[in-house]
Amino acid sequence: MKNESKSKAKSEPANVPFAFRAYSPEQLRDVLRKMYLIRRFEEGAEDSYTRGLIHGTMHLSIGQEASALGICMPLKSDDQITSTHRGHGHCIAKGAQVDRMFAEFFGKTTGYCKGRGGSMHIADVSQGNLGANGIVAGGIPIAVGAALSAKMQKNGKVVICFFGDGANNEGAFHESLNMASIWKLPVVFVCENNGYGMSTSTARSTAVANIADRAAGYSMPGVIVDGNNFSAVAEASSAAIERARRGEGPTLIESKTYRHRGHSKSDRNRYRTKEEIDEWKELRDPIALFESELRQFGILNDAGIEEVRASVEKEIADAIQFAKDSPMPNTGAALDYVYTELPQ
Amino acid sequence: MNSAVRELTYSQAIQEAMAIALESDPRVFLMGEDIGVYGGAFQVTGDLVERFGSDRVIDMPISELGGAGLAVGAAMTGMRPIFEFQFSDFATLAMEQIVNQAAKMRFMLGGEVSVPLVMRFPAGSGTGAAAQHSQSLEAWLAHVPGLKVIQPATPHDAKGLLLAAVQDPDPVMIFEHKLLYKVKGPVPEGHYTVPIGKAEIRRMGRDATIVATSIMVQKSLKAAEILQTEGIDVEIVDLRTIRPIDRETVINSVKKTTRLLCVYEAVKTLGIGAEISAMVAESEAFDYLDAPIMRLGGADSPIPYNPELEKSVVPQVPDIVAGIRNLVQGRR
Repeated sequence: MKNESKSKAKSEPANVPFAFRAYSPEQLRDVLRKMYLIRRFEEGAEDSYTRGLIHGTMHLSIGQEASALGICMPLKSDDQITSTHRGHGHCIAKGAQVDRMFAEFFGKTTGYCKGRGGSMHIADVSQGNLGANGIVAGGIPIAVGAALSAKMQKNGKVVICFFGDGANNEGAFHESLNMASIWKLPVVFVCENNGYGMSTSTARSTAVANIADRAAGYSMPGVIVDGNNFSAVAEASSAAIERARRGEGPTLIESKTYRHRGHSKSDRNRYRTKEEIDEWKELRDPIALFESELRQFGILNDAGIEEVRASVEKEIADAIQFAKDSPMPNTGAALDYVYTELPQ
Repeated sequence: MNSAVRELTYSQAIQEAMAIALESDPRVFLMGEDIGVYGGAFQVTGDLVERFGSDRVIDMPISELGGAGLAVGAAMTGMRPIFEFQFSDFATLAMEQIVNQAAKMRFMLGGEVSVPLVMRFPAGSGTGAAAQHSQSLEAWLAHVPGLKVIQPATPHDAKGLLLAAVQDPDPVMIFEHKLLYKVKGPVPEGHYTVPIGKAEIRRMGRDATIVATSIMVQKSLKAAEILQTEGIDVEIVDLRTIRPIDRETVINSVKKTTRLLCVYEAVKTLGIGAEISAMVAESEAFDYLDAPIMRLGGADSPIPYNPELEKSVVPQVPDIVAGIRNLVQGRR
């Protein structure tokens, strides 16, 4: 026992976080790239909205990037996710291209949903993203259904079910977690708890201190993780995904995080203090935390980080240009996709 | 076609359709409350669990919203679920998944997915089950683009429409009237389909058209026999599908008979009869009308428990007879 832990300590020092043991420098560099990509995508979307290029509304996940990436990192490309109204980060983390995402936000035919879905229904089915969802908890039973499919088809797929803290008080949450557990389905429930369901804090809305505590009611493991720490999230996700793939059933992960922006574009931030927001931005920003770890463990230096940033700037600028240049749908085609077009 | 035709009940016909679907397509599975060893609240699934196993005939917890969502998710990812609601009234518990998810998923995702989902709803009054177990809510669902809604009136159609629904790439909602479950009729053996979106003329006539749905087709046929003895010749259109409506069959029939009575069990106000009436009034058939379009539907009331009261709030054969007499009086 002693020898074993010693030899393990030699190859995998205990003070090295999971991600820096599990992933290659190239993979870690790509994680950073995608974190930037999410943030710059959302900042670009916000800017385009302000300029009147995007209509409707959007829900930004700025500040939650580590959670999206940490959860998706251990997935295989044909594993699936369901996402939420705050789903841009999940979409990018699961492998979507930002040019087609911008095109969707601009309502263009080149968008992932051909301009029919917009921000709230962004999806990339080819990468296993079954879609964001405009209904709080709407995606939870759908994820469990996809997991039932995977089990029936014996295809080895695992489904990640993202939802927010608000969803944990919906009936669909209860029904879905119960069924996933009794049938030991390969699904991982990921509650991204950013502290507020619109304006209502979890303290005011939820009877338990931690949403993960609710896992006990469904006889599944409940895991609390620092959602702003990429490595911590990836470690929890990895364990839950492996458990699901082994056929041992679901896990509920509570990823505690914070959204820097308001709930949506109508939010005046009256329900939280500037001090609270500033503290999360300045002391607990997930990208800054990951950058410092990359430096600390010798993966990237300042120049390397700058290089990643610059490449993302170009990708975002090109993507916005692609969206602007793409064609609008023909208004006569408004009824397309309501039903499947059957061959005559 | 060498398949024999037997007399089966409506529920046997549905069970046979499900058995054929389970046998012929590994993607098909059944899900619902007490559909396994219990055999379903109305014994429609019967012994299918013994033939196909509990992995394909899945007893789920009493969780209509979650269960409906599971069916949507499974349909989006390669399966072909047939989901049974124990009573159509319980659709109210699952409306989120039916209306916001199943109906819209393909559209919202720009055609990147389809939702080949079948949902079965035992519907209607006449069983003494009172207000929360007797409703006819098909118009609720027919109001939602993205869904198809069917109401088979005969054992033949119950089987053929269900098999068409299982093949359909989009969500199909089937409303089965509970009083039809024990009605017998000729049903061919083996696989066949009845097209969704096609009405059927059950009886040819010259003096008036009845457009009826579900059990009201049977009641209208009885009314037509009585009216025939009075020299009134009624044509009966069994709508079969209420979304999409077979416009052509209805309009052609009205042009021929010049009179229209819509008969349906659901609450008359804002129901399928209003849609049919407006459709005809807006069409070229309007110029052929010799009488106002009339509707017979359920009262603006929940379904009462007392059996006499229960009968009084939905159209009965004498109501249909009287309705047609009034319609044709102008000419006679």
